[in-house]
Amino acid sequence: MQLMDWTRRSLLAAAGAGAMALGLGLPVQAQTPPGVLVVGQIAEPKALDPAAVTAVNDFRILMNVYDGLVRYKSGTLEVEPALAESWTISEDGTEYTFKLRDGVMFHDGSAFNADVVKFNFDRMLKEDHPYHNTGPFPLSFFFSAVESVDVIDAQTVKFKLNAPYAPFLSNLAYPTGLIVSQAAVEQHGADFGRNPSGTGPFKFAEWRSNEAVVVEKNPDYWDGAASLEAVVYRPITDANTRTAEMLAGGIDLMVEVPPVALSEFQTDAYRVSEQAGPHVWFLILNAKEGPFADKLVRQAANYAVNKAALVNDVLEGTAEVAAGPTPPAFAWAYNEALEPYPYDPERAKALLAEAGMQNPSVTFFVTEGGSGMLDPVAMGTAIQADLEAVGFSVKIQTYEWNTFLGEVNPGLEGKADMAEMAWMTNDPDTLPFLALRTEAWPDKGGFNSGYYSNPQVDALLDEARTATDQGRRAELYKEMQTIVHDDAPWVFVANWKQNAVTSSKVDNFQLEPSFFLLLKDVVKN
Amino acid sequence: MGSYILKRLLSAIPVLLGITIIVFAIMAMIPGDPATAILGSYATPENVEKLNRDLGLDKPAAARYFIWLGNMLTGDFGQSFALNRPVIHEVLERFSATLVLAGTAFVLCCFFGILAGVVSASRQYGLADKAITFAVLLGISIPSFFLGMMMILLFAVSLKWLPVSGMYAIYGGGDLWDLLKHLAMPATALAVVATGVIARLSRSAMLEVLRQDFIRTARAKGVSEHRVIWGHALRAAMVSIIPVLGIQAGFVLSGAVYIEIVFQWPGVGRMLVDAILKRDILLVQGGVVLVAACYVIFNIMVDVAQSLLDPRIKT
Repeated sequence: MQLMDWTRRSLLAAAGAGAMALGLGLPVQAQTPPGVLVVGQIAEPKALDPAAVTAVNDFRILMNVYDGLVRYKSGTLEVEPALAESWTISEDGTEYTFKLRDGVMFHDGSAFNADVVKFNFDRMLKEDHPYHNTGPFPLSFFFSAVESVDVIDAQTVKFKLNAPYAPFLSNLAYPTGLIVSQAAVEQHGADFGRNPSGTGPFKFAEWRSNEAVVVEKNPDYWDGAASLEAVVYRPITDANTRTAEMLAGGIDLMVEVPPVALSEFQTDAYRVSEQAGPHVWFLILNAKEGPFADKLVRQAANYAVNKAALVNDVLEGTAEVAAGPTPPAFAWAYNEALEPYPYDPERAKALLAEAGMQNPSVTFFVTEGGSGMLDPVAMGTAIQADLEAVGFSVKIQTYEWNTFLGEVNPGLEGKADMAEMAWMTNDPDTLPFLALRTEAWPDKGGFNSGYYSNPQVDALLDEARTATDQGRRAELYKEMQTIVHDDAPWVFVANWKQNAVTSSKVDNFQLEPSFFLLLKDVVKN
Repeated sequence: MGSYILKRLLSAIPVLLGITIIVFAIMAMIPGDPATAILGSYATPENVEKLNRDLGLDKPAAARYFIWLGNMLTGDFGQSFALNRPVIHEVLERFSATLVLAGTAFVLCCFFGILAGVVSASRQYGLADKAITFAVLLGISIPSFFLGMMMILLFAVSLKWLPVSGMYAIYGGGDLWDLLKHLAMPATALAVVATGVIARLSRSAMLEVLRQDFIRTARAKGVSEHRVIWGHALRAAMVSIIPVLGIQAGFVLSGAVYIEIVFQWPGVGRMLVDAILKRDILLVQGGVVLVAACYVIFNIMVDVAQSLLDPRIKT
């Protein structure tokens, strides 16, 4: 009995003391201070060297620390001057001469000039450059057309291309084209990625591994100083934990909110932003062999899939139905006349009958996840059900992302009839050029894993690449979209809308169609 | 004793070599390579080949294995592709974070597990026993990551008493009190299942002992019930409880992976999961080898300690 009394009494006392300690001893968790924006990131960055990284997650930091020669005009995917004040393009489209902004300084105090620009591109592109070993530079092929970079004078630099390459300016606006400080690279060598120095609105302050990257306001920014004093980027890999941090006030801004969590933020304490971006989610169809070698069957698949249901039910409204191969975010090159294939199972059945294939059997490669793939397993299952409803017999094979790429990129021949895929690009040229031309079949080093081939499309894309006039390029891309839409080498499914949640203390925040996170004008109260 | 320790240390060498071969072979055989993982959609055969060359992955597997092994013997574990920093820094930093979390959870589960088992056994079929048995069953049945999320919702989101995630506060943190606040939820969530297991086994071990003659003798000669339970019985029961604690220590360490993901704890389990997904070969290999070496050394220490305590184990 003695034991029981002792135990009960001590348990009560312990419980009471514990509750008191929790209730009184612990202050309510401190909110983040005014002027400091805490951003919930999806992963630890690899490096803060723009030439060395490939992840959108890292770009969210870099775009605030560095500038490129050009940048995307706010709210669009059209380029405007940044570190270059103006430029001229030679008649044949192979020489780009940039006039550089005067008096711009890097955060480390060194000056920005034509020599630094040359250093940046030579470092990436020339294997014998003394600082080429600060790489590898996985996306340097964005500039593989660059033959030489010549310094004309301190404020003028000329790029010579080995062939006309219209997406060149867009690529300069991409993070791979951001300009780093030559002095800092020379000082830190391979450690530059942890000691970055740029010209951007924020300068690097601190990187605590697996905890946070901190950047501070650059008061001397050439385009007007930022409103925030500092930005803290916290890597929080688990989406549920990120949501909980947002609800608890541990972060002020959260990107890539899981669709199911969006309803948590439909209150006055939060603001949800959405922005469609240059993303397209599609099914590659094997046009070389099997049922999809017949255009009618490919069109039937486009009619059979209920894209609106995928976008609204599976993706909870975080995407829009795609009409063709080019995302509408490329407003200047997007063909407004294009309508998505309507959901019409009867039409699909009729087309299958016309093709003489009422019950085609197809193998469908599905991935478990991956960059830009949204919710691939659930989407794959829904697509399977839609196709089976019109007579297809669909066998799904699921792969982990890297294995999946290893299966799909070398081509579907002999393995599958269709595969999920998604792309995010920075120019309307990139995706069709790499994935729809005859010259882009996998054995020629491209991503046309479904072996689509149409000489007309090839000719349009080749011409668009050499045209320097944007109006002419737009016409060519629009025509290409009409043909590809009708040929249906893919099932066009969705364009992802990026989302972000900010607390009500954050003002002036806007998502960009480029999916970059630009924080210069953001205010935190 | 010296020769025994030496013998055990020598026998660890083939074990570690075997581990290097196995982990290297697994990383070499799994589909997908780091260049594809880094390049994502842009992984053309040409780009992959160039990047593999830059990363030094174009050599034959056997050559890469011996280069890696040779470098490791000089203390160079290489550079992580995905994090761009030396493998050894990353692994040691992460492993110490895991030890803090798993160590705290282990202390918690030992203390509360044994306490609950003893109280339960000494009041067999009483109210306390039933309550504890019920709580233990509940604890064993709730998956730790689910419990972790529920704790976050209650203590961090609703009550705002504790921080949601991480190891230290971004501002004004860094001291022991800050660490304890961040540790409270993950350590508790991690300890719950092991506490339940230890409590059940302690209870049965205690019941076994309490039925024995020397306990009746102790009671007969007037020893207080408190002393009988905590002095005589528990000491005898510890013989069968301690091996269970050893096994639970392993479970707590491996269970830390889920908890590290839920609470964004910067530990080695989460690091390895990320590294495998990104095909960060050197980080996976180096991480596994270093963690395995720690286990091997820990085991040798346990064996040596046991041989010191128990003369029946031949030295």
